[in-house]
Amino acid sequence: MITLNINGDRKTVDADPDTPLLWVIREQLAMTGTKFGCGIAQCGACTVLIGGTAARACVIPLSNVNGREVTTIEGLAIDENTPHPLQEAWIEHQTPQCGYCQSGQLMAAAALLRRNPNPTDDDINRAMEGNICRCGMYGRIKAAIKTAAAQMADETLTPAASEEVTDG
Amino acid sequence: MGKWTRRAFISAGVMAGGGILVGVAIRPGNLADQVEDEVAGEGETLVHAYVKIDQDNVVTAIVPHSEMGQGAQTALAQMLADELDADWSKVRVEEAPARAEYSHYSIGRGYLLGGAELPSVIVPTFEGVMMRLSDSLDLQVTGGSMSVRVTGTYGMRVAGAATRDMLKRAAAKSWDVPFDDIRTENSTLFHDASGRAEPYISFAEAASEMRPSYVPKLKETNDFGIMGKPVQRFDIPSKVDGTAQFALDVRVPNMVYATVQRSPIFGGQIKKLDDSAARVVKGVLDVIQVPKIGFDSFLGGFTADETVAVVADGYWAANRGLRALDVQWEGNGNETMSSASIRARQDMELAEAIDRKADIDTGDTESVFADAENVISADYRVPYLAHSCMEPLNATADVRDGKCEIWIGCQNPLGFRRAVADALGFKEKDVTLHNLFMGGGFGRKSRADWAVQAALISRAVGRPVQLIWSREEDMRQDYYRPGLPSSFRAALGQDGSLLAWENTYVGKMEPVEAPLIPYSAAAQNIGHVPSESYVPLGAWRSVDESQHGFFTECFIDECAAALGADPFAYRAALLKDKPRHLAVLERAAQEAGWNTPLGEGRGRGIALKESFGSIVAEVAEVSIVDGEVVIDRIVLAADAGFAVNPDGFAAQMESGVIYGLTAAIYGEITIEDGAVVQSNFHDYQAMRMSAAPPIETHIINSGHKPGGAGEPGTPPAAPALANAIFAATGKRIRELPLHHHIPFSTGFSGVSS
Repeated sequence: MITLNINGDRKTVDADPDTPLLWVIREQLAMTGTKFGCGIAQCGACTVLIGGTAARACVIPLSNVNGREVTTIEGLAIDENTPHPLQEAWIEHQTPQCGYCQSGQLMAAAALLRRNPNPTDDDINRAMEGNICRCGMYGRIKAAIKTAAAQMADETLTPAASEEVTDG
Repeated sequence: MGKWTRRAFISAGVMAGGGILVGVAIRPGNLADQVEDEVAGEGETLVHAYVKIDQDNVVTAIVPHSEMGQGAQTALAQMLADELDADWSKVRVEEAPARAEYSHYSIGRGYLLGGAELPSVIVPTFEGVMMRLSDSLDLQVTGGSMSVRVTGTYGMRVAGAATRDMLKRAAAKSWDVPFDDIRTENSTLFHDASGRAEPYISFAEAASEMRPSYVPKLKETNDFGIMGKPVQRFDIPSKVDGTAQFALDVRVPNMVYATVQRSPIFGGQIKKLDDSAARVVKGVLDVIQVPKIGFDSFLGGFTADETVAVVADGYWAANRGLRALDVQWEGNGNETMSSASIRARQDMELAEAIDRKADIDTGDTESVFADAENVISADYRVPYLAHSCMEPLNATADVRDGKCEIWIGCQNPLGFRRAVADALGFKEKDVTLHNLFMGGGFGRKSRADWAVQAALISRAVGRPVQLIWSREEDMRQDYYRPGLPSSFRAALGQDGSLLAWENTYVGKMEPVEAPLIPYSAAAQNIGHVPSESYVPLGAWRSVDESQHGFFTECFIDECAAALGADPFAYRAALLKDKPRHLAVLERAAQEAGWNTPLGEGRGRGIALKESFGSIVAEVAEVSIVDGEVVIDRIVLAADAGFAVNPDGFAAQMESGVIYGLTAAIYGEITIEDGAVVQSNFHDYQAMRMSAAPPIETHIINSGHKPGGAGEPGTPPAAPALANAIFAATGKRIRELPLHHHIPFSTGFSGVSS
């Protein structure tokens, strides 16, 4: 039995310890927002946060996350009534097309903004390099990340301090 | 399906919750009845859609197209709602069920006619033929960039206008006022003189008793209120919080999981199977052999070779079980096939040109070439391509007690239902298909091979099964964009005229016009040599337009170069008779600042292709940095006829460009020992964010009929890029993928692809 701390809840699962986290999340915990794309950490559709860092759930054995904090797309929103600024920006920019990669894109972007609230284009490219979008919405994803970063900066700055920040 | 009476398809039904299904709809099903009178009106256009209005005055458009992110469902709802004068904030959309009543009569019409206007006198006959055809073909296809330009134009707008007309008639009768004194706005009927105002739902029941007009008055473009506005798509909110339901997300009680391997050698079969090691893998429940299957259809027919399936209590166990199988395949002679052998055979076919069929043959090409002083020729080639949708193929099937229920994301729900019914020996009515969001489609999800597999596996184990293909299986068991050569010869006039254009290529699918050029050339001979393909082929975003866009737009660039002419000005001079094409070309050039010189090591390329009813020109700008290509930007102009949702149209252009650039730079499926070599995204690469250029889209609403959006952005991408590389380097690349000929930057300094 392995204990997961997922989206703030403790869950105990009975699975082979080398089962990738992805399949435990999807099939045993019935949280289907995290997607299967390649199975070899090449596409990023399965991206979740482990201890706040982006990780590819399709290659992380269950045994590696015993007791660690896992966040999936279902746990991204601030609370039930407050979406994450990235989710709002994703809608504002009409970012998804088929949408299948977008849970992973959002989680990768969330990890980026946690460690770098004001990313440059190059920072964004590096953080998002592991996430493929076959619908090719890279321009909209990048724009939405910038919008969300600006939004989060506005929310955390006092009016006096905000004058010193000119771009997001 | 049973016979439809006129009542059945025109009258209202009361919905759960007390709402009304307004009887617009309207697809006369069976011509045998009194229905025939309905069809026979001269010049009539039949409506093909349902409109629901509920007790809260919410209008629901039911659309017979699937959603794979192309935004068609939202655009179709816009078309219906605008003609209905609906309150857009209270409009919803639902996908039509996979039932014969929603077969694509209108798609068929568009498919066979290419959107051409019909002389009114033959309309009734034609409509009748089309209805029979679409019933028998089970067409419910999302593909061919058809949704807006066919279903929307012939179906949704007419349905909206007819509903509005009936509501007005009902109100006029109830209020005892002249029809023309009633106006509609925001799902409300008004009689201004008496101050009356009532929501649509108040008259929905009365309206539903009426006979709808097949030829209601449609709005002029100037009167559009919702069409032409960049509205937000209905499907997006669920795609940012993980709640969107794809087929992979279906959960059915008592469900188990399966994964498969089909004969890796096309045309092969199982020679020996030892499943003892697989059966002892923890969680594995069964190992099943799925026979070779096939489905014959006008659209989306397929064959699929013998397959072994492992059923388990989870995908991971199934996948481990599959890897533990000791299976040997025999290739029936195909094990010697390779990319090299296919290429050699195609080259021979091209050289011998046996049974060459002309697509177009005008003027005396041979004598023009004989007399011409300036003749150039070139040979081009493209490789096989996989679709590599983000969502690997999967389906959940429950086959028990002579019934089948299946959950899937596909581009042709009715066709899939038929294929599954055929394979099981069931009647179609005993198969219920639930279509979910598709994680990409691009043409792959129009072939029902994996749906049939899921059904056969479920029947074998007697319980619901979710079949999930590995990425490797998805890559190796595709229906591929053809790989083929195409050879050209052109006779050039020194004044910039194109005296003769000759082109021969191997293999042809659709659209038939794909290899044609818009440029004025008095003598043209374009033709193809038929070729049997060992590799399974299928529609890939823009189908034949994808390769012919590359071939023709690069070779016309060579014609300009041979004369020392500017590639834009050369094309423009040959488009004097094509004002729409010329306007698109000029707009792209102008927005890109074509005449502004770029510095050393930089270059611009331009390409123009009409496809699926839209005309698109793209300008690519590249820089060569440390010997590697960086794509600086793409500037795109499109004559969309009329873009119903401009932001959605732009998004489709952006998507089509990245899909086309990805294929141009990296895309290549190769064959060794009869099987596909590539297996996953490490060896079949997708463009990533760092290499993806900014894309500027400029839409021209020319006032023509709405054109397609899903595909037309793709064909010009590869030639625009290849032409830009030529402009920057002088290197003319005639074979894709480009990265074999010049390195591409990943977007990070010092790292190349």
